[in-house]
Amino acid sequence: MAAVPKAETSKWKMVSCDPDKCTGCTVCEYICSLTKDKVFSAQKSRIRTMRLHPLVNISIACRLCSPAPCVTACPRDALKQSEQTGVIIIDDDKCDGCSWCIEACDYGAITLHPELKKVRICDLCEGDPKCVKWCPEEALDFTTKDILAQKARIAVTKKLFKESIEVAGIKT
Amino acid sequence: MLGYAGRILHVDLSSGKIWTESLKEELARKYIGGIGLGMRLLLDHSRPGADPFSPENPLVVATGPLSGTMVPTGGNGHAFVSKSPQTFAMGEAKSHGHFGTAMKRAGYDAIIFYGKAEKPVYLWVDDDAVQIMDAKHLWGKSPQETEDAIRNELKDFYIRVASIGPAGEKLVRIACIINDRTRAAGRCGLGAVMGSKNLKAIAIRGSKDVKVPNQDRLLELVKIQHERMKGPAARKYRTLGTPENVLVLQKLAAMPTNNFTRATFDGAEKISGEYLNERFVAKIIGCSSCAMRCEHIAVVPEGPYKGTTTRVEYEPLWAMGPNCGVGNLDAILKGMDLGNYYGVDTISIGGIVGFAMDLYEHGIIGKEETGGLELNFGNHEAMLEMIKRISLREGLGDVLAEGVKLAAEKIGKDAPNYAVHIKGVEMTGYDIRGLKTAALGYAVSFRGADHNRHGAYGPDVAGKVNRFKAEKGRGKLVKETEDLYTIIDSLIVCKFSRGTYFEGFKDLAALYSAVTGIEMTPEDLRVAGERINNLGRLFNIREDLTRRDDTLPWKIMNVPIPDEGVAKGSFVSQEELDLLLDDYYEVRGWTKDGIPLVEKLKEVGMEDLIYIVKDKLEPKPSKKKAEKKEE
Repeated sequence: MAAVPKAETSKWKMVSCDPDKCTGCTVCEYICSLTKDKVFSAQKSRIRTMRLHPLVNISIACRLCSPAPCVTACPRDALKQSEQTGVIIIDDDKCDGCSWCIEACDYGAITLHPELKKVRICDLCEGDPKCVKWCPEEALDFTTKDILAQKARIAVTKKLFKESIEVAGIKT
Repeated sequence: MLGYAGRILHVDLSSGKIWTESLKEELARKYIGGIGLGMRLLLDHSRPGADPFSPENPLVVATGPLSGTMVPTGGNGHAFVSKSPQTFAMGEAKSHGHFGTAMKRAGYDAIIFYGKAEKPVYLWVDDDAVQIMDAKHLWGKSPQETEDAIRNELKDFYIRVASIGPAGEKLVRIACIINDRTRAAGRCGLGAVMGSKNLKAIAIRGSKDVKVPNQDRLLELVKIQHERMKGPAARKYRTLGTPENVLVLQKLAAMPTNNFTRATFDGAEKISGEYLNERFVAKIIGCSSCAMRCEHIAVVPEGPYKGTTTRVEYEPLWAMGPNCGVGNLDAILKGMDLGNYYGVDTISIGGIVGFAMDLYEHGIIGKEETGGLELNFGNHEAMLEMIKRISLREGLGDVLAEGVKLAAEKIGKDAPNYAVHIKGVEMTGYDIRGLKTAALGYAVSFRGADHNRHGAYGPDVAGKVNRFKAEKGRGKLVKETEDLYTIIDSLIVCKFSRGTYFEGFKDLAALYSAVTGIEMTPEDLRVAGERINNLGRLFNIREDLTRRDDTLPWKIMNVPIPDEGVAKGSFVSQEELDLLLDDYYEVRGWTKDGIPLVEKLKEVGMEDLIYIVKDKLEPKPSKKKAEKKEE
């Protein structure tokens, strides 16, 4: 059996939301539940939005923590993390819906499927997340933590060097 | 019949009895949902002549077939319907946000409230479990405080709440029903109907699936709408939002100022959409399923109202701005925030304050009545104080809380001439003295003064017709947009998305069919729009409204626009109004008195409601004739 090469965790791609762009429209929830369960249902969505205040909106899906607290918390070893993609793989035969993983997740990225009574976590739609595709605001990104850090660096640099950029007419 | 939840929830607040009934396909197909379904349910469950505040007047809230689905802007709407305490006729008001989504997910197309609770209550709908809860501790709270308190006590942040504020409790006739903090079913005073039932709030948790028959077909349509919503058809709402209207209407001299004294406002730039976006708008958010996003959240950056955070739209901005002569945007935003806090229609509250200012300037009321307030146009502090007094029925506010029409009758003298309303509902921000297609649309609107029942300002503002002229043909223009807008309000999709349905009924029928599995042709849907407009008319005829009520405010018909420029001298004469009404009634298939003919009702499949018009179409022989017969 050929060994699957282990990817660096920094190369794992995840669904990340830019709160500045997120409008709280929940289109991500609609498309997620439709893709995974063929129905519209917020409870069945693997990504959830949170509007704490009209000015404070975000969508949250699995952050691919490593090591993943949900995996550690599962008393039945029903969860394991793919070394290749970082996705949390759920063994439905072992999962009994006890929800220790839900408590262990700091981001609320795990939900209990209301009918199956098994937990559900974003699986990145086999590398083509539908929520990212359908987000009308392009607030969702399918990217690595490295690239997220890079984007932040670009943003802060633009801010720091605003004057020079304007003077030199640099296109950014 | 997917898309629909297939159930109607009945709640008798007097007896505490709660039951459900299945939604019949014929009813769904004929009246679609939203206002159409709600209006039919109201008609069927009420008796003629019932006082709007009596337990006999039911309050209906309905979602549309698209609610709970991913159809852009369609997923979230809900409509309240009841006999309006302002018009004593058909009252309806829609709202968006997330409440309608939750209601559909809980499994209801409509909820009908009957009777009156003995004490303050709220309804807690947790899917199939429905309970009437004590609301004593919520009485007096704002809608925002109520929403927070209910989410806290039921321990679920995703519960959606629609509630009334202190104004609704005090039966202020312009009270609204607010959901998701800033979204209001604003017009027609339906919040006061809710208050009259001692119903503080409706809280919903919905966790059921919403299914569609063919997801690929639906997604294809959704994709098309998403693309269109990113394009020019929705540009206005994505960028400046409706406050863009300020400079547009200013240029046309169609922006009512100082309670329709003038048609331009000197400080327009400082309250424009451009200025607002640059200085105040902190974020633009969207409702459930929306691919446009329009909700401009403004924050006052400094000064005495620093930190005030509110949703902003043109209409309330106009009502508390130019209509009250106020050019201070900080104060206007504070006014909107207060309106939401007390739970009043932020258009009508500006209309009432402007009316009171007009009376004060003309000496019809003085400091004695205002309790010392100098209620001149432009005094924004006095305006904010009056918003509070009206909302809480304090002092002069008690009379004004009746709305301009009833208040003017109580105040007497020349006051009715300054009451700018149609059928009892305060005017909105278009000076229809120089927008004559719109003037017709406003006059015939079944829910009173309203730009959203017909959108007939469109051809006027765009220059497609001579807006200063009343002529034949306008009736057809008004009828066509009315029928379309009625479907928009029944499906429910957002009016702001109207431009993205390039093919009108065809696009909307495709969405309806894809969601429900009921094949609906564009023509079927158009007829449904016509049917629902006739329904509004029939309800009003049942409540004894006549052609006499299809009229315009005194100022619109008697005071020409005084501003120098394009619109100077324009007004709508009785002769012009009559011409417009005759033309419209004819196109509608109604008599000269505005009564739908039996043939028309048969044509649109309303044979069951012919009884409403029968006596009026065939008047009983007059006394004189009867006497003659006896001879």
